[in-house]
Amino acid sequence: MNQIINNAHKQNASINKPFNLRLSWNLIGLMPAYLVMFFLMIIPLGIIFYVSMMTSDPYGGYEAIFSLESYQQILFTYDWDDNLNLNFQYLIIIARTLLLASATAIICLLISFPVAYFISRQSNSTKALLLYLITLPFWVSMVIRVYAWVLILSNDGVLESSLTFLGLTSGMDSLLYNNNAMLVGMVYSYIPLMILPIYASIEKLDARLTEAASDLYSTRLSTLTKIILPLCKPGIVAGFILVFVPCLGTVLEPMLLGGGKTMMMGNLIQNQFSIARNWSFGASLAVVLLIIVMLFLMWNARKSSRPIVEGSAV
Amino acid sequence: MSHSNNQNALMRFITAKNKDVKHYPGFGLISVAFFLFLYLPILVVITYSFNSNKIVSVWQGFSFKWYLSALQNEGLMNAVQVSLTVATIATIIATSVATAAALVLSRGKEVKHVKLSETVINLPLMLPEIVFAVAILILFSQLGLQDGLTKLILAHACFCIPFAFLPIRARLQGMTNNLEQAAQDLYANPWITFKRITLPLILPGIFAGAMLSFVISMDDFITSSIVSGGGATTLPVYIFSLVKQGVSPELNAISTLIMLVSLLLVTPAWMISKRNK
Repeated sequence: MNQIINNAHKQNASINKPFNLRLSWNLIGLMPAYLVMFFLMIIPLGIIFYVSMMTSDPYGGYEAIFSLESYQQILFTYDWDDNLNLNFQYLIIIARTLLLASATAIICLLISFPVAYFISRQSNSTKALLLYLITLPFWVSMVIRVYAWVLILSNDGVLESSLTFLGLTSGMDSLLYNNNAMLVGMVYSYIPLMILPIYASIEKLDARLTEAASDLYSTRLSTLTKIILPLCKPGIVAGFILVFVPCLGTVLEPMLLGGGKTMMMGNLIQNQFSIARNWSFGASLAVVLLIIVMLFLMWNARKSSRPIVEGSAV
Repeated sequence: MSHSNNQNALMRFITAKNKDVKHYPGFGLISVAFFLFLYLPILVVITYSFNSNKIVSVWQGFSFKWYLSALQNEGLMNAVQVSLTVATIATIIATSVATAAALVLSRGKEVKHVKLSETVINLPLMLPEIVFAVAILILFSQLGLQDGLTKLILAHACFCIPFAFLPIRARLQGMTNNLEQAAQDLYANPWITFKRITLPLILPGIFAGAMLSFVISMDDFITSSIVSGGGATTLPVYIFSLVKQGVSPELNAISTLIMLVSLLLVTPAWMISKRNK
């Protein structure tokens, strides 16, 4: 029955307007977006895969000779006997990237949930103001936000001189150029992306459920763990993705707050194109990063069949 | 006296609801600490921009002199000009492309593969920016494209499209097409319907999208730093090069000026979007 009505509807529609004209309007509207994405996203990605499988040219660029050497270079080095030796240098950088990105997401989550919950309990005008205050730093240039931490943490920086002034310490080690400095910078840069989706999911929460739980003698803690947190899971997952994925490819924090000894994948890739001029190696690292992100997103999509990015209001 | 009043108000603000079952002790305190964490670094930059001492962290006295030297800094002014040019042109391109696509996907008849089209348009959001930057660098060098400004505009227009698309698409999905149908019933042709009904209705969405892509373009560092060269340095890339040289009071003044400008841009947009709700 439905089928018949649908068909009738379609026929009716095609009587109203000539079919060809309508098709071409759809095409004209979508064509620019497709063209831009095809030429500036899909083709470049193809080129990256291609270059990653070519031989690197020591003078920059690449030579069109097939070789998987650049992938091999991630894991192995040649010693002076031309033997392959396992090399942990780049694996450590990949591991550090994964570790710091997870740590950032977890710390952001631990701070964001209480803050989002606290905001959701305020009056409407206070809510709007607090949300505005959370998004405001997000509009301030990223470089400046990271620079603020350089100013605070550097040798003779604001933190050290204030502590010395108060007589709490004298001549401490630089707080910059280590994993902790990068972690602080990343949490600072990405935390709004965690709070907003969690806040959206708390707002959707049915308040009667918390009251019902309390009427049934549930303690606050068990209400939190058994009612509130499970219901906020979509927001928490969305926030986790929005923080974790950009952290994997972050460049500014490792460049300014981490030193040459504590690199992450983002600035390692950047170096291959700016300083080291090893394009094939840089391209293969970019492919590895892309695969890590895709695997994470696919694993996540399989775990939760529900749509996850609904609350992601940037 | 007023200080302790404020403190009392703050304490009441934090502890008032502790009889309530929905109240969790400590959440208020964490939130206060969080907002301090969010704003203290910015306040430090602003405060030290007024420090007359050349050694940043030692306070000597109040002074505007770093603002004067910042405004006379030719490199900074060039970077501002490049950034504004790139952001304006990229925003116009991205917003037009995104508006056309959003209109077809929401209002077009018998559009096929809607899901696929949305995925393609949102591609830049899905992959890490450093991968996009490196990929597009190789593309440009293969094409032999030399002009820095053209490269920046093309790259920025591409990754701004989803940021322009999402608000416009949301706006179109949030409204029914009743008014458009009414206009057509009253013998308005498609062009008049679009001009008089659809366009004014989606204008807030277009404004939000354009605003978002302008800010994203102005703020972009990763792609700009890799693609630039050929004589075009954007503002974030220029500031980054200053940070690399070390902290300086002039840098603090520049940062404060930029923060002031973004505040002046964002607050009206926020007010408008709040009124629309």
